[in-house]
Amino acid sequence: MYLLNRKQRHVVNYTWMIISLLLVAFLPFLLFIGLYFKSVLLLHDYSLFDLIFSKSWKPASGQFGFYPFIVGSVWVTLVSMLISAPICLLTAIYVTQYTRKNFLRIMHPAIDILAGIPSVVYGLWGILVIVPFISRYLGPWLDVKTMGYSILAASFVLSIMIIPFILNILIEIFKAIPMELKEAALSLGATQWQTIKHVLLKKALPGIIAAFGFGLARAFGETMAVLMVVGNVVKLPKSLFDPGYTLPALIANNYGEMLSIPKYDSALMFAALLLLAVSLFFNLVMHFFIVRYNKF
Amino acid sequence: MDDKSKIEIRDLNVFAGKTQILKNINIDIPKNKITVILGPSGCGKTTLLKCLNRLTDLYPELKVSGQIMIDGNNILAAKEDIYKLRQQMGLLSQRPYPLPMTIYNNISYALKLRGIKNRRETHKLVMHYLEQANLWDEIKNRLREPASRLSIGQQQRLCLARGLAVNPEIILADEPTSALDPISSQFIEETFVRLKTDYTIVLVTHVLRQAKRIADNVVFMYLGDVIEQGSAEEVFGNPKMEKTRFYLSGTFN
Repeated sequence: MYLLNRKQRHVVNYTWMIISLLLVAFLPFLLFIGLYFKSVLLLHDYSLFDLIFSKSWKPASGQFGFYPFIVGSVWVTLVSMLISAPICLLTAIYVTQYTRKNFLRIMHPAIDILAGIPSVVYGLWGILVIVPFISRYLGPWLDVKTMGYSILAASFVLSIMIIPFILNILIEIFKAIPMELKEAALSLGATQWQTIKHVLLKKALPGIIAAFGFGLARAFGETMAVLMVVGNVVKLPKSLFDPGYTLPALIANNYGEMLSIPKYDSALMFAALLLLAVSLFFNLVMHFFIVRYNKF
Repeated sequence: MDDKSKIEIRDLNVFAGKTQILKNINIDIPKNKITVILGPSGCGKTTLLKCLNRLTDLYPELKVSGQIMIDGNNILAAKEDIYKLRQQMGLLSQRPYPLPMTIYNNISYALKLRGIKNRRETHKLVMHYLEQANLWDEIKNRLREPASRLSIGQQQRLCLARGLAVNPEIILADEPTSALDPISSQFIEETFVRLKTDYTIVLVTHVLRQAKRIADNVVFMYLGDVIEQGSAEEVFGNPKMEKTRFYLSGTFN
């Protein structure tokens, strides 16, 4: 026996669905608006342009220039994408096109384990392996002075972190391409590589862009592992071997401390707002490309 | 063995693991005729077709043995130029799979693989093959559109044109009308009848009426065996085997 009759149950279920939908749909807006009002104090006294493009970060004397953090974030994200994107694409092609199906069964758990490792562990690994490797071997070998904690170290760690995420999506995308399309191309006399290059990659392009966009967003927002190896020095990095500072690291390192400094918490909120805005921008760009290439 | 055979299949066996999909198949496929391979679903027709252009190579779990002679060459033995071999045959599958390109490029890609790069020649041939597939008049103003925007029936004819563009001698068609409406099906059938003067056509189907309409030669298969083969008049008019008679009368189970 039910407490409510069918019609009433329908109304209850329906209401719940609407509420959850509204929650999901408006959460980003609420976040945005909340952050905006928290950072409005800062925006009131400084122009947006100055905040974004000023290089000087001295909160105690009222100078809030976010440029070094933005540059640091962008560098770390782009370099980690440059490392991981080709690796992921080639691996996905190899695993789905050149190996037997059983191989995937072994690969999948391995990828999932990589994806499940907490980011602090990746950070530790970065400190113990990547940082010394850069300071002792890579730096001297390239004749660069570096202490190891650098944009490059963060990019390395980050690329290892996002590889499993991108790879999993890419593998699903390539698996979803119908076998018959492959057969069609092969029946025209195309070699396997020609089939992959001219047909499969083209078919998969929107999905590939989406996968990379997903990786990019993750990389941009990753906090812990990056702040452990990036050096956390507020300075414009001149090369990949220089230390830097990223927006998420700025917030994580400082929130809750030094809040007696005027407008400091407002500045951190603005950093969060910037983070959100850039993620949104990435999303829009990806969306544009996906629509653009999805016509086939 | 009559000398007009284009394809001779001898003792062909295909295993997938322990299941035998094709059992000791022997078929002669005459030149410039429509040979219909008829039979209920799951009797191995599609696998047989995939053996002919070695798409079976894609499935490592399939073990193929025996001989398939095309113009006297055993294509199962010839390891070297599988790409040339596949270009001897145009393939038409159950559902159309246009390449993710424009309508024009679907054909010109096949031409490129054949080695034709000259733009004017490409232009001429694209038009020629689209005309052959009975599609040119409908789409001549839409050549730069993505092929996926065509209707299913048009896509299937585009795939036929693409198959012809590799300049094959044989057309392999695997239930090419099963996803199409009656009018598009009729288009395809008419095209086949017209094309058989230049091509040897192997058509797999389970549609009895279609077979009766266009077959010159019939092979009836059941559960991986060839039950009966011969000219359409013989097989349809005077079937020798009981199973064939049952299938033709529609009381098969």
